[in-house]
Amino acid sequence: MRVMAQMAMVMNLDKCIGCHTCSVTCKQAWTNRSGVEYVWFNNVETRPGQGYPRRYEDQEKWKGGWTLNRRGRLALKGGGRIKKLFSIFSNPKMPAIADYYEPWTYDYENLTNAPLQEHTPVARPKSLLTGEDMKISWSANWDDNLGGSPDHGDKDVLLKGIADKVKFEFEQTFMFYLPRICEHCLNPSCAASCPSGAIYKRAEDGIVLVDQDRCRGWRMCVSGCPYKKIYFNHRTGKAEKCTFCFPRIEVGIPTVCSETCVGRLRYIGLMLYDADRVLDAASTEDEHGLYEAQRDVFLDPSDPAVIAAAEQAGIPRDWIEAAQRSPVYALINRFKVALPLHPEYRTMPMVWYIPPLSPVVDVVRDTGYDAEDKGNLFAAIEALRIPIDYLAQLFTAGDPAPVDLVLRRLAAMRSYMRDINLGRDPDESIPAAVGLTGQEMYDMYRLLALAKYDERY
Amino acid sequence: MPSRLDDPLTDALVGTRRFFTKAEVSADHRTLFQIGGRQSDVFYRDRWSHDKVVRSTHGVNCTGSCSWKVYVKDGIITWEAQQTDYPSVGPDRPEYEPRGCPRGAAFSWYTYSPTRVRYPYVRGVLLNMYREAKGRLKDPVAAWADITGDPEKARKYKSARGRGGLVRASWDEATEMIAAAHVHTIKAYGPDRLAGFSPIPAMSMVSHAAGARFYNLLGGAMLSFYDWYADLPVASPQMFGDQTDVPESGDWWDAGYLIMWGSNLPVTRTPDAHWMAEARYRGQKVIAVAPDYADNVKFADEWLAPAPGTDGALAMAMGHVVLKEFFVDRQTPHFADYVAKYTDLPFLVTLDDAGDGTYRPGKQLTAAQLPGALADTENAAFKTVLLDHDGMPVVPNGSLGFRYGETAGKWNLDLGDVRPRLSADGGSDAPVTVVLPRFDTPTGEAAEMRRGVPVRRIGDHLVTTVYDLMLAQYGVARPGLPGTWPTGYDDADEPYTPAWQETITGVPGQAAARIAREFATNAEETRGRSMIIMGAGTNHWFHSDTIYRSFLMLTTITGCQGVNGGGWGHYVGQEKVRPITGYSVLGTASDWSRPGRQMIQTAYWYLHTDQYRYDPFSAATLTASKAGGSFTGRSTADLIASSARMGWMPSVPHFNRNPLELADEAAAAGVPVGEHVVGKLKSGELRFACEDPDAPENFPRVLTIWRANLLGSSAKGNEYFLRHLLGTDHGVRATEAPAGARPTDLEWHEEAPTGKLDLLLTMDFRMTSTTIYSDIVLPAATWYEKHDLNTTDMHPFVHSFNPAIAPPWQTRTDWDTFLTIARAFSAMAASHLGTRMDVVAAPLLHDTPDEMANPYGRVADWKRGECEPIPGKTMPKLVPVERDYGAIADKMVSLGPLLDTLGATTKGVTFQVGKELDYLRQKNGVHAANGRPSIARDVDACEAILALSGTTNGHLATQGFRQLEALTGMKLADLSAEHEGKQITFADTQSRPTPVITSPEWSGSESGGRRYSPFVINVERLKPWHTLSGRQSFYLDHDWMAELGEWMPIYRPPLNMHALFGEPKVGDQGELGITVRYLTPHNKWSIHSEYQDNLFMLSLSRGGQNIWMSKEDAAKIGVHDNDWIEAVNRNGVVVARAIVSHRMPEGTVYMHHAQDRLIDVPRTETNGRRGGIHNSLTRLLIKPTHLIGGYAQLSFAFNYLGPTGNQRDEVTVIRRRNQEVEY
Repeated sequence: MRVMAQMAMVMNLDKCIGCHTCSVTCKQAWTNRSGVEYVWFNNVETRPGQGYPRRYEDQEKWKGGWTLNRRGRLALKGGGRIKKLFSIFSNPKMPAIADYYEPWTYDYENLTNAPLQEHTPVARPKSLLTGEDMKISWSANWDDNLGGSPDHGDKDVLLKGIADKVKFEFEQTFMFYLPRICEHCLNPSCAASCPSGAIYKRAEDGIVLVDQDRCRGWRMCVSGCPYKKIYFNHRTGKAEKCTFCFPRIEVGIPTVCSETCVGRLRYIGLMLYDADRVLDAASTEDEHGLYEAQRDVFLDPSDPAVIAAAEQAGIPRDWIEAAQRSPVYALINRFKVALPLHPEYRTMPMVWYIPPLSPVVDVVRDTGYDAEDKGNLFAAIEALRIPIDYLAQLFTAGDPAPVDLVLRRLAAMRSYMRDINLGRDPDESIPAAVGLTGQEMYDMYRLLALAKYDERY
Repeated sequence: MPSRLDDPLTDALVGTRRFFTKAEVSADHRTLFQIGGRQSDVFYRDRWSHDKVVRSTHGVNCTGSCSWKVYVKDGIITWEAQQTDYPSVGPDRPEYEPRGCPRGAAFSWYTYSPTRVRYPYVRGVLLNMYREAKGRLKDPVAAWADITGDPEKARKYKSARGRGGLVRASWDEATEMIAAAHVHTIKAYGPDRLAGFSPIPAMSMVSHAAGARFYNLLGGAMLSFYDWYADLPVASPQMFGDQTDVPESGDWWDAGYLIMWGSNLPVTRTPDAHWMAEARYRGQKVIAVAPDYADNVKFADEWLAPAPGTDGALAMAMGHVVLKEFFVDRQTPHFADYVAKYTDLPFLVTLDDAGDGTYRPGKQLTAAQLPGALADTENAAFKTVLLDHDGMPVVPNGSLGFRYGETAGKWNLDLGDVRPRLSADGGSDAPVTVVLPRFDTPTGEAAEMRRGVPVRRIGDHLVTTVYDLMLAQYGVARPGLPGTWPTGYDDADEPYTPAWQETITGVPGQAAARIAREFATNAEETRGRSMIIMGAGTNHWFHSDTIYRSFLMLTTITGCQGVNGGGWGHYVGQEKVRPITGYSVLGTASDWSRPGRQMIQTAYWYLHTDQYRYDPFSAATLTASKAGGSFTGRSTADLIASSARMGWMPSVPHFNRNPLELADEAAAAGVPVGEHVVGKLKSGELRFACEDPDAPENFPRVLTIWRANLLGSSAKGNEYFLRHLLGTDHGVRATEAPAGARPTDLEWHEEAPTGKLDLLLTMDFRMTSTTIYSDIVLPAATWYEKHDLNTTDMHPFVHSFNPAIAPPWQTRTDWDTFLTIARAFSAMAASHLGTRMDVVAAPLLHDTPDEMANPYGRVADWKRGECEPIPGKTMPKLVPVERDYGAIADKMVSLGPLLDTLGATTKGVTFQVGKELDYLRQKNGVHAANGRPSIARDVDACEAILALSGTTNGHLATQGFRQLEALTGMKLADLSAEHEGKQITFADTQSRPTPVITSPEWSGSESGGRRYSPFVINVERLKPWHTLSGRQSFYLDHDWMAELGEWMPIYRPPLNMHALFGEPKVGDQGELGITVRYLTPHNKWSIHSEYQDNLFMLSLSRGGQNIWMSKEDAAKIGVHDNDWIEAVNRNGVVVARAIVSHRMPEGTVYMHHAQDRLIDVPRTETNGRRGGIHNSLTRLLIKPTHLIGGYAQLSFAFNYLGPTGNQRDEVTVIRRRNQEVEY
């Protein structure tokens, strides 16, 4: 056992209101400077939708992340380092600026300075890359709230194979939001892709950083990251990425995106894991096994053997305590309601998500069915607007079972708590039906619903 | 086999990396771990470092009231993030941290943005004229008179408005021009030809009060905003006698059942939405009612998608179900007790014999109509009557008649031994048939339904109860009653069944019935914890008051109002100046002179932008009565004039004469000015200005706008503003009303005037349409550059603005700016104007005995010979006010002596503030010129507001409650006793958001740390509502309510623009495109009515004006996503890009609110001019019943009651345009 500590995040998508405050505060703090105008370390995507950059999940095209080669060994999907060394000057797997968007500004000065003229002054858009007039045709968040769905909704990569379950019709509409930052993976393919060895994982907290002095701007990391969360600064010629706000984390305050999350849906916590088991887990043959495999890599911070090994590994006592009261650990391993984003990329991502509930569909509603009714509790999960298969594409490599369990637990919590809320005796059969005790369910409720500042971080 | 990486060669290669680096390489060689020596981190550490963090917030139209950390480095504002230090609301519920949204988070962009207004600007054309005239005439006032008096010069500078050509000027020169314009206007036309517009004081009270105080001291008009924005729910005063008192968002947590109805919480209540998301985990059921798949639908358990504007039909059907299942089929004890005690359901209504064996609902029975001695008691006509359980009529305590006069201690809801009967049934008289209106016809015209009610005979009056009439209205049958009743829920022909609503809304009848049942069941089980959050989606319609009344019926008959976790939550443009008394003193300058001139902005612009000239239909179009009703032959403008004459609603300018001259004349004649004015009005020598709005002497001459964007945002009928008010290019395509369809009480000028306004002055920190069309623009400090106070109704804290940096360039705070103007004005006015007498025509006011001016709500218009003109009774009060124009600047900065003698009054409670004035003398010092407590600096003004309000000064709260105890005879003062010694200072608000104190200024209670819910004091302490009956009022018996058939909740469909204006019908398709319903909901990417220009917001959206449309409509006109489209109707033209989405319902488009014309708007194909704003396609339409006044809760108060600037009933033709656009 080789205990290492990792700073990790869980986002409760069920609470995300899609406001993009996280994106703006992150942008203001870190990337509102030239060279990275188009860069959003944190972005929020409407799903179904293409994401940012467009169709970043299409690894058939971008070849990001890892794959198992014919011998069952973990290999960079974009090819090994040897291949990279030889193809270093041409990289067809790099998203172009159009895949992100062409950043722009406006000639705002015209509003004040326009001379007396025939028409009302106007500020026209100007490209921040060329300085020329432009017609805006894509942005950092073009398909927000399903905008443009008839023309390009079908380009959502996840629809492949389940297109029959997602219809872009008014009556069947659903959407949810997916905020994304760097995953600070346990098995980062960006780092492995870097010919300069400029990308490193901080030993004490696992934050993945680009060494700005060593980066040579090869951009292999941009291709190698399947989440497309490394960006090229076209002014400095270096790669940049989300830093997990390490200057804040180091002094004990949460990341900007977390603290400013007005939906109060982000949790930050320390995870202890066994570094020796990462490669094995990432090499799990069955993609459906990757979620469980990654959970197995995490160590129980209350286990005396783990504590002893952690102390031996030089992890400070207060860090071990932090791992014990880590909300992230509770959500991932105790309540098992958080799931990894695209485990099939095999990077062992460390920003996990609680999938969203959604309204029941009209066809159920019209029959006079009540989603709150205990007897119908589990049937309601099947009646939700967001197809479970779609969520499974995101979080469990297509396996609907873990998603189903999470949604059942959330629904059961609501049912269980309603009795308590209304002053009735709690029905202990409800938590039992989803494999929890009443106390566990109540603890889960506290963490998800009350979500106090000092319990979120 | 152990897993390996890639292939052996790679392994070998990367394996060597451990030899070349000091960092640790993982055993499998994949990962590089580094410790220490991270010089490369320095960039990010530097970027994060900062010198200080300053608390501030955003004082715009947004009511979020979020406290922010503003980061400063090297004297530069770098970014902002939310504060998280709100006091806890308890260990068992979520907290208010963090409050904020992306719009707020992007605000600091403005500080240094290229759209920042850095210097004073004047349009070059005007500035040259002014310099020339002043050089010639040697006097600024004469120069202004010269320019504005010369038609050619005036036309020249006015027609240049909005067309560039602004040039820099000095502060001195700009303020000199401003002062001259004010002095000249007062002298030549009267102070009531000046107007100020700035909305929502709660968001930055001192900034708002700065200009409001200035205009109130001058005698200028402050324009209302809440009604103007159409955010004011008229149903609130109608039903509650109070305006928008709602739960804080933390109270959503307490609800067991929550309906979000036309309120898209994630977008419009971003910092509060988490309460709804989290409460679901407590087992709260959440319903979303929205015509589109809105952002909030994501959270709901169920989604009902009624056709836009038909929400009232759905609510009426839900009311039908609740009445039937919880009142008639089974009597729910809790509901029955609640409605008997707290609503007017048991009260008696007289029935008017229609002569054909049927009856019409009449007036509420009062003590004055009872046989015996009760009829002779004081205010008997305002004491309503109910039946006790034994069938005997009783006059219970608590109605309006008990509020005023001798009988102190009886204004309460204590019923004693009385057990009110809900129904008049069980008597000896046979039930009768009542004829009730219905408007569910395709054209929206009135039809009839006949339904029976049980009756009793009391004296000469045949009476029934409000409850009986409500059951008849809702179509809930009981045995033995005549009339036509629904056969069941599936009867689609009879209002108001679930099946009936399905034909109108498209919502399945079963779903409507089930949601109603669940809502009521939850309320029964939780004793009132069912809540409806309602918003602009249901409140911006012409008939929104009826929609809201049908909502409030649901929350009230289920006993949810006045209960934590229950009742209504109206969250749109709502504002709660928690320290209202102190703010009002400063803003209305009531410390120096009373009353101020307050004006209902919707009527103001309806007349002064000549939109009334384009109304081709009679007000009678809306009525329930047959031909011959009292609106017959009268236009909306006629009714406005009538309302003004009768003293119901204010009207500004008052008369077609300068009020200063009227006062002079009266003085010369030796008669009181009121008497003089009445005489002249009677003889016809003097007229109300609103009777001739197009005569030059009645034009508004000076308009000052701060904290707002009128012409890029809130101006419904934007193009009419440009044409008639400003006299510049416009997009109006409508034709004027033909002869025969024009107002009869108003003078009609064959040619409509253009360019009425002489000076448009704006203070702002960014360029908007309003600044671009202004004659003079003054550079304003941003919210991060000033001191101020901020509160909201969304949370119970007061917190502060503080300057992170000093105002940069030549910008100034609003407080500073108005003091600058006041000094320039006073210096000029001392010689030009001196001290003058003014006469203010003040409307009959709510929460004063004025509200007893019209017993039974009977209309009597003296001008029509229906009564004598008596000020304060049948016409406005005429109050002389002295104005020492040379002393305006001194008065601005000091608290005047009226406070010593008259105190400060809020909602009928008068606070004596001698102690507080002493405190302020010590704290702020005194003003040298007059020895009064100083408010020279913005922080002094903040201290004054906090010291003079009960919510922030426990001593005053308790004093007010003791006064109410005497009036009501109920125990109240304990509510604030826990904080009697607490006084919140400005320093407190700087250190942390500070919870306010329970005070009689509001109806809810925070005592003991509970969450604020309105009407808790009414329910728990039996303090009456401020209504006629003292109870929550379902029944409104005013003549004009009866005229529209709106005695009770009723369904009225959206206005039919085809029938009214000849627009094509929704769904019509022709060469010019397809006709769709045109809605302007709140925008995700701009802060309510401002800030669409922020680069971050534009980068996260589509980067310019856009219109959302369904894929079906897009397909019909060949539009693809992001195509340029043009939307055209009679009001104007919009060119925008399309966002096509399946989440939009067919037949409806959204152009989100506040999309200014400044960002990427090309010229239109239709008229070749710059495209318009979202409000270029809308216009003002005034509902006559919003003009009612002088009768109980239907009496005027500022931003409390008035016609709404609604805009949702509009349609437009939309088409794909040439994709090659020109700018």
